[in-house]
Amino acid sequence: MAVGTLLSDELEMFRRTVEHLANKTVAPVAALHDREGSFPYEVVEEMGRLGLFGLPFPAEYGGMGGDFFALCLAIEELARVDQSVAITLEAAVSLGAMPIYRFGTEEQKQRWLPDLLSGRALAAFGLTEPGAGSDAGGTRTTARLQDGQWVIDGSKAFITNSGTSITKLITVTAVTGPGREISAIVVPTPAAGLTVEPGYSKVGWHASDTHPLSFDGVRVPAENLLGEPGRGYANFLRILDEGRIAIAALAVGAAQGCLDESVRYAKEREAFGRPIGANQAIAFKLARMQARAHTARLAYYDAAARMSAGLAFKAQASIAKLVASEAAMDNARDATQIFGGSGFINDTPVARHYRDSKILEIGEGTSEVQLMLIARDLGL
Amino acid sequence: MPMKVVVCVKQIPDPAGELRLDPASHNLVRDGKLILDESDSYGVEMGLQLAEQAGGGEVTLVSMAPHSETSGLRTALAMGAAGAILVSDRALEGTDALGTAKVLAAAIRRAQPDLVLAATESSDGYTGTVPVQIAELLGLPSVTFSKKVTVNGDKVLVERQTEQGYDEVEVPLPAVVTVTAGVVEPRYPSFKGIMAAKSKPVEELTVADLGLDPASLGAGGSRQQVVSVVPAEARAAGEIVTDDGEGFQQVLAYLERIKVI
Ligand SMILES: Cc1cc2nc3c(=O)[nH]c(=O)nc-3n(C[C@H](O)[C@H](O)[C@H](O)COP(=O)(O)OP(=O)(O)OC[C@H]3O[C@@H](n4cnc5c(N)ncnc54)[C@H](O)[C@@H]3O)c2cc1C
Repeated sequence: MAVGTLLSDELEMFRRTVEHLANKTVAPVAALHDREGSFPYEVVEEMGRLGLFGLPFPAEYGGMGGDFFALCLAIEELARVDQSVAITLEAAVSLGAMPIYRFGTEEQKQRWLPDLLSGRALAAFGLTEPGAGSDAGGTRTTARLQDGQWVIDGSKAFITNSGTSITKLITVTAVTGPGREISAIVVPTPAAGLTVEPGYSKVGWHASDTHPLSFDGVRVPAENLLGEPGRGYANFLRILDEGRIAIAALAVGAAQGCLDESVRYAKEREAFGRPIGANQAIAFKLARMQARAHTARLAYYDAAARMSAGLAFKAQASIAKLVASEAAMDNARDATQIFGGSGFINDTPVARHYRDSKILEIGEGTSEVQLMLIARDLGL
Repeated sequence: MPMKVVVCVKQIPDPAGELRLDPASHNLVRDGKLILDESDSYGVEMGLQLAEQAGGGEVTLVSMAPHSETSGLRTALAMGAAGAILVSDRALEGTDALGTAKVLAAAIRRAQPDLVLAATESSDGYTGTVPVQIAELLGLPSVTFSKKVTVNGDKVLVERQTEQGYDEVEVPLPAVVTVTAGVVEPRYPSFKGIMAAKSKPVEELTVADLGLDPASLGAGGSRQQVVSVVPAEARAAGEIVTDDGEGFQQVLAYLERIKVI
């Protein structure tokens, strides 16, 4: 159980609602989807019904009129029981729909957002390439204007939500002009010339949909350009700053899930005639896990509050992402230790967290990248 | 035809939290934050569905609480109820089941509903008597243990759960109907619903507003007294049946003995 934080009555009711959904609808099928590597369509549908995909968007596009913090609370509660489901929501909203909402024309928003915000359709975001990850400006994919159409050639790697049966859009960054002019272009799927390669065999996040993509002369209308030409990279840096807060929330959920499972187990499991939690070696581990989850939570709450208030939040977002992903990884390691042999069995929730948490220190900016950004903020 | 449904809801201490009994009165201590009794979420959902099926109308909540608590009501308002009447008065502390029924009946009378829904019993008191007492006080027919409720013009058709199966009961409206847990799937309040609930009307009334005699309510007016409380017996160890091919007969015999079949 979390030590508790101050939320308004409404946000606390919303958090409880998502907690309920997570426990009742998500948790019971988490091990199954993890084992089979299947995408949890039925869970996504339920989340759509609750409006989770439309949380930080205004009602005029089918949104819930909430803010980014409400989205983070939902992601945290889901990640407690299933990181794959939480990343599906995070990627769909903060990487998929948000760029269209922020940089799209009115017509693009009217056309694409209602389906995305209801959860009926998913949008993916393709920045990473086989040769350009942390150094995302090194994009090699190209897009040339020809007869009023963009012709896209190249490949993308590790793209979340890009191959589900409800994936409708993939936004890609591509070089569109000389001087490494990078722009963002929306590709409706399926598209001739676009191959969604088979999903990766991943260490964790088995129920999240991740594919390599190859573009071979894919043609989309010129008006599918998202934002101004040449602003593609800069725009996405802003999106990534926000996304880090959401990933931090996901990591806090993971850290909390590991703690909750471990506290319960430490009280139940007996060795040498008493619950293992009666040993200070275990109790201190749990206390430290609680402290990690709590401090990481405060870090993302602060970054989200700054963002909502229109203040600078880049460094705070990086700090939150750094400490929260480390908290998740550390708590997952401690939790599997507390579970002993059972902690090494795949169907145990903490074993899943152990496999799932590592990517948190890598995706949406590695820990090294976060340290670079924090150091830069110090003037170094 | 638009339908006015009143749903009686109770706000109770969170069953997942620490619960205490008052050593003197043996009553549950209710001074912390209260939540909507989960049993009542079925009545709220049923009310919302019936209003939707009637092609309009609204659900009004009626509740009684000693200290003006509304946190549990907000949950039901977030689900879609239009408003609430909350009877709150210091004089109500220690009120027994019949007193509660008097208060709720008086509040319901103000709302003039077509149908009154309530849970079969509350999760913290479990007397299961308040709804029928309300019906009696209001002079309305009542049907308990409903597993299916259909409104048809000025009648309500109920499938009433029995030990063997169910009875089909038809009563004229207005009526009081109690629903069992699990009959419908309570909806999750959406973010939009939660935000909208903040500004929905909660009319707070006192005992005097309802024209009731305070002496007949509260601990003083209570005709019920909890004499003593003992902890529930620890669960005994189960009976282990070894299956030598005929194990099912032992299971059947056991179920017959405890009168399950
Ligand atoms: C499951 C999954 C889902 C993903 N989803 C998406 C998605 O939806 N969309 C998308 O665009 N991408 C996605 N990614 C890609 C992810 O964002 C990248 O993998 C990540 O940014 C790291 O890039 P890289 O793999 O190219 O590693 P590299 O950039 O090659 O880094 C390798 C190592 O070198 C370190 N390093 C690199 N540069 C420096 C430096 N200057 N100083 C110090 N250390 C450095 C890194 O920190 C890292 O440890 C996903 C990845 C995974 C695994």
